[in-house]
Amino acid sequence: MSGQPQADERVAFALPRTMTGASLHFCPGCHHGIIHRLVGECLEKNNLGESTICVGSVGCSVFIYNYIDVDAVEAPHGRAPAVATGVKRARPDRFVFGYQGDGDLAAIGFSEIMHCANRGENVTIVFVNNTVFGMTGGQMAPTTLVGQRTTTSPGGRNMNTDGAPLNMSELIASLEGTAFSARVAVNSIKNIKQGKKALQKAYRAQSGEQGFSFIEFLSACPTNWKMDPLQANEHVGQTLVQRFPLGVFKDIVE
Amino acid sequence: MALYTDVIIAGFGGQGVLLVGNMLAYSAMQEGLQVTYMPVYGVEMRGGTANCTVVISEEEIGSPLVMYPHSLIIMNQPSLEKFRPRLKEGGVQIVNTSIVPQSLLDGDQARSVPVPANDLANELGNPKMANMVVLGAWVEATGILSLERVKQGLPQVLGKSDERIIQANHRAMQAGADRVREYA
Amino acid sequence: MSSKPGPISLTKGNEAIAKGALAAGLHCYFAYPITPQSDIPEYLSKHLVERGGEFIQAESEIASVNMLLGAAACGKRAMTSSSSPGIALKQEGISYMAGSELPAVIVNISRGGPGLGSIDPSQGDYYQATRGGGHGDYRTLVLAPSTCQEAYDLTIRAFELAFYHRNPVVILGDAILGQMKEPLKEWEYQPNTEREAADWALSGAKDRPSRLIKSLYLADEALAGHNERLQAKHERMRQDLDWEEYATEDSEVLVVAFGSVGRIAKSSVRKLRSQGYRVGLLRPITLFPFPEERIRELAWSNRLITIENNTGQMVDDVRLAARNVADSAFFGVSPGRLPSPEDFLQPILEVWEQEEARK
Repeated sequence: MSGQPQADERVAFALPRTMTGASLHFCPGCHHGIIHRLVGECLEKNNLGESTICVGSVGCSVFIYNYIDVDAVEAPHGRAPAVATGVKRARPDRFVFGYQGDGDLAAIGFSEIMHCANRGENVTIVFVNNTVFGMTGGQMAPTTLVGQRTTTSPGGRNMNTDGAPLNMSELIASLEGTAFSARVAVNSIKNIKQGKKALQKAYRAQSGEQGFSFIEFLSACPTNWKMDPLQANEHVGQTLVQRFPLGVFKDIVE
Repeated sequence: MALYTDVIIAGFGGQGVLLVGNMLAYSAMQEGLQVTYMPVYGVEMRGGTANCTVVISEEEIGSPLVMYPHSLIIMNQPSLEKFRPRLKEGGVQIVNTSIVPQSLLDGDQARSVPVPANDLANELGNPKMANMVVLGAWVEATGILSLERVKQGLPQVLGKSDERIIQANHRAMQAGADRVREYA
Repeated sequence: MSSKPGPISLTKGNEAIAKGALAAGLHCYFAYPITPQSDIPEYLSKHLVERGGEFIQAESEIASVNMLLGAAACGKRAMTSSSSPGIALKQEGISYMAGSELPAVIVNISRGGPGLGSIDPSQGDYYQATRGGGHGDYRTLVLAPSTCQEAYDLTIRAFELAFYHRNPVVILGDAILGQMKEPLKEWEYQPNTEREAADWALSGAKDRPSRLIKSLYLADEALAGHNERLQAKHERMRQDLDWEEYATEDSEVLVVAFGSVGRIAKSSVRKLRSQGYRVGLLRPITLFPFPEERIRELAWSNRLITIENNTGQMVDDVRLAARNVADSAFFGVSPGRLPSPEDFLQPILEVWEQEEARK
């Protein structure tokens, strides 16, 4: 990818300086790319590029450090909130954010995220919920919708044996340590703008040392949903939001 | 031969046997000797005894655990049953005869020093000081440490400097030591 | 580094480790309570916080070791402690830290296993400590103190080694070491923590390219190269070998034992010496790297016996060290039983008699 416009091109908007410009490895129609971009834009807007430490996780977003150009450490599966805790306690003067998928955060890392929030750790967690384990091939996640077919729920998720999907934003909003918890989506221009506003608010929560901040992004996974990108995008707006309503569930940020 | 001794102090939980061990270890350290203090651990906690082992030596100490001790401080009957068979030949045992029947010591080949520790502590106004009585008795009976040295360490080990408490405990130690002298 | 003597106190092994960590400039400590090491978090919850350090009682062993990873990535002197079952849970983070080349100190005041086992002393975690413990091909430096003083000294040493090698260091003790009290001579030490991680730690990419700390290597050959670098580092750790020898000048039977059992065995060796038996002791202080060359040297002139408070783990390393020269007998006190010097006399004498019969 060349940074210079060709003769017949003009720059409509530039890549945030907080991003490397490397080509994304995500599947067509995946929302990770948009969410990465929003994270990068907000880091730039708040002038955080030189004072940020990013905590990566395990899943499709494992290579976040290839795209967002800040200091980064890789956490074991599900442990990003614990690693972020250690980073923030060691460097309270730095902006610390983690980026996790739903398998990582809501399954194997459920304990770490809940306790990190409950302690009111002054960190920001970006949570990408696409209702499946993406990288491992579309297995059932704690956020998989009832009836949704995955490679490990071929007959559809069964309430009686698998339980109901977890609504993480609402759970986290119920904890006293949480300063900000919101669920957003990036399936429309309007929602992208809302998402950016929510991210800004979360960043402000941390910069103002007001406690734990959490933003859940509903995200499309066309590959594992067996849909084309447009269908997947519509699925977010029509179906996912029924179970996972968009909104701000807690906001005590001044 | 370099100075070496060891002691197992045993009784019910709450009789203050660990405090006695700490007092001995602290005093030995202040005396410039090598010392280890090892509280009871694990399986040994069962069977009705809490105990600790103190080793005092002029030379580097190898084992902090002792199977066959040179001396015993016995605060109750289960402790006597457990540890008496392990006392080294020629060893000395201080036995709290307020709780352990004197008859159990009759015919014992070991040098047993009966000390009615609870009764003596009661006479001094506080039954909880029975452990200080046996401590004084052990110090007198073995002669390894001076009673003055052990008395001096009390405020540091207790972490208290309340003069009334210190004095009362000193009297209890003295009563134990006096008892040994009378008995001898 | 400079040092001057501090106060002498009657101190529990667990507290000696906590004090050593503070003397070494401990900045962050994360742990989960478990017997028989809870004195360490109890002590640090007060004293580390008073010094302005960070203390977290984590929700789990796994969370605590991952907090450790985060603080280590920032180049801070950080530590966690636990006991056997808890250390098993921490292996995830230890493997990731080894893979990410992060310095940290992990204290294992081990207890009886397998499973919930008991809270008795045990040396049953020797394999786990010296073979890496978690998944993948890595090693941790392992230090095995046998006295409260050594617990203090080696904790300070552990931080130096961790930062020198950029590798996790394990302090392996047991319930005897953790619960025993001995006179402790503290000494002051000024670690140069300002610069020790300056060229790799995460601090925000100001006036320099961004940094990445990771253990994922997917590109062709990348992981192989990484593993080879780690292997070269494991070799370099040999420069930090440490062990104690006692009465080996003329010994004909050599007892090899580590940690608490090492000092208990020393009592047995002294006793046998006083009876005229030419018996010596080698007590490895670093369990990884292992003093195999010295053991091999001594194997030429000694019959070997390894004594452990387990059913036979370090004896494998002794036999490997002495291979093609001599074998090692083994005497084990099973975890759940307290070892005592008297227990060791007969097994050592049996080896002595074999040696006499050979002559």
